[in-house]
Amino acid sequence: MTTTALNRPAMNVRNLTAPQISTLKALLFLLCLMPAGLLVKGFFDDALGANPIEAITHATGEWTLRFLLITLAVTPLRKLTHWHWLIRLRRMLGLFTFFYALLHFLTYVVLDQFFDGAAIVLDVLKRPYITVGFSAFVLLIPLAVTSTNAMVRRLGGRRWQALHRSVYGIAILGVMHYWWLVKSDLTQPILYGLVLAALLGFRVWWRNEERKAQLAGKFAMEGPPGVKINQRIIPIKSQTP
Amino acid sequence: MLIKRPDDIRPSEITPPAVYAERRRFLQLSGAGAAALALGGPGALFAAPAGLPGPIAPSPLSTLEEPTPRKDVVSYNNYYEFGTDKRDPARNAHALKTRPWTVTVDGLVGKPRTFDIDEILKLAPLEERIYRLRCVEAWSMVVPWVGFPLAALLKQVDPLGSAKYVEFTTLYDPSVMSRLPVLDWPYKEGLRLDEAMHPLTLMAVGLYGDVLPNQNGAPVRLVVPWKYGFKSAKSIVRIRLTDTQPNTAWNDAGPSEYGFYSNVNPDVDHPRWSQAKERRIGEFLKRKTLPFNGYADQVAGLYAGMDLRAQF
Repeated sequence: MTTTALNRPAMNVRNLTAPQISTLKALLFLLCLMPAGLLVKGFFDDALGANPIEAITHATGEWTLRFLLITLAVTPLRKLTHWHWLIRLRRMLGLFTFFYALLHFLTYVVLDQFFDGAAIVLDVLKRPYITVGFSAFVLLIPLAVTSTNAMVRRLGGRRWQALHRSVYGIAILGVMHYWWLVKSDLTQPILYGLVLAALLGFRVWWRNEERKAQLAGKFAMEGPPGVKINQRIIPIKSQTP
Repeated sequence: MLIKRPDDIRPSEITPPAVYAERRRFLQLSGAGAAALALGGPGALFAAPAGLPGPIAPSPLSTLEEPTPRKDVVSYNNYYEFGTDKRDPARNAHALKTRPWTVTVDGLVGKPRTFDIDEILKLAPLEERIYRLRCVEAWSMVVPWVGFPLAALLKQVDPLGSAKYVEFTTLYDPSVMSRLPVLDWPYKEGLRLDEAMHPLTLMAVGLYGDVLPNQNGAPVRLVVPWKYGFKSAKSIVRIRLTDTQPNTAWNDAGPSEYGFYSNVNPDVDHPRWSQAKERRIGEFLKRKTLPFNGYADQVAGLYAGMDLRAQF
């Protein structure tokens, strides 16, 4: 009736409703497709410069790294803001990381090397930056394959999580891949490396905080911590000659 | 009233590159410029465009290959002082001031001298040299340079018998260039004296029949077509003859990756990528890289007896 609009609860950023999350996911999906769409448009508009294959290779590679870092930012952001719905977007972001990695790989195989198998094998074996980049891509495949709910159930939460923690290593390989291919200007790889270090560093810091909080909780249950600590220190001291 | 044609129209804008390339081919097939001139054919000698004095003669040393479109030659550049993305120089190099400009030629020479850029432009008859350019990053172009042999400049200063090498120093002006320590500025390059005196070695002052655009190394640059592109130093301010091998920017930055000679060689890979093939700008499939970038007949003799794997 006339009061419907007024009765509707104000949007709460901490707790989004299911329809709000669905809308957000749809919008995010389109947004994530934009870099690929712009590349396709640029290709047909002849707007990718003198060396379009190189432009596509660089763009898909950079977007892979960006999506990987965005995916890795979900957990820190969620913990800092308590926007727990962010976790609902993580799978899509992770799959877009794989999507751009796949485009990057296909650009190399099809556009750059044009299926020159011998040259590709030599590259993967002989060129450290390609070895590392190729390994990172291969390691992403099991993560993409096990991204469905059914696979999470089949593996069990703990094993699934252990497998998906390999993404930290993959991200390090990704930054190394970039680092080793530039000729002398390391500005960009350093920036990606710093963001990655911050995201991984956050996890270490957060775990320490949680451990401290846990310890504090334990002391709270066992009585005043000061007394306990003194009681423990005294016997240790008495042992020293 | 007289209608004067504006003098800012470039010949390359008047003549479509395909026609232009065809014309070059005709000239070469017809036994070079003199014959064409005698016939009074069009384009035998270009009219002097604004900024470049005198006529520009075609050269028998030019390749017959199709030149890379001008828009690509002026928008895809490695000129790290103006940024490391290949689109950066075209965006940023307008800040480069090419006048006044002098080039000091000194070191082991009988008559050291500082040349004004306008003297350099008139130092020797200008020629068009259509050369292949092979970048160390495994892409290539065909570029119609305008210039004269470096030998013509060096002869004016009387190199001493003790001179064995030539060092080129390029402009470093931090007020308009990058302050990032990407390379040890100012950029330096070097050649052996016999390489510098080789008839293929060019001092380029123009491109596509007109003044050299800033992003391509204005107002005067080196072009050594059988070596990787980075050897062809841009925007030169000093040329010094020495008896010891000079330090060079990329060799200092990565001695295992960029040798002093850096002759184009499909058999010696860059440690991080293959040099066996190259992508010609505008082409889809890679083509095989040729020893000395296809100039082996002219220059391989310079390296007789050398182990080109060790002295890469």
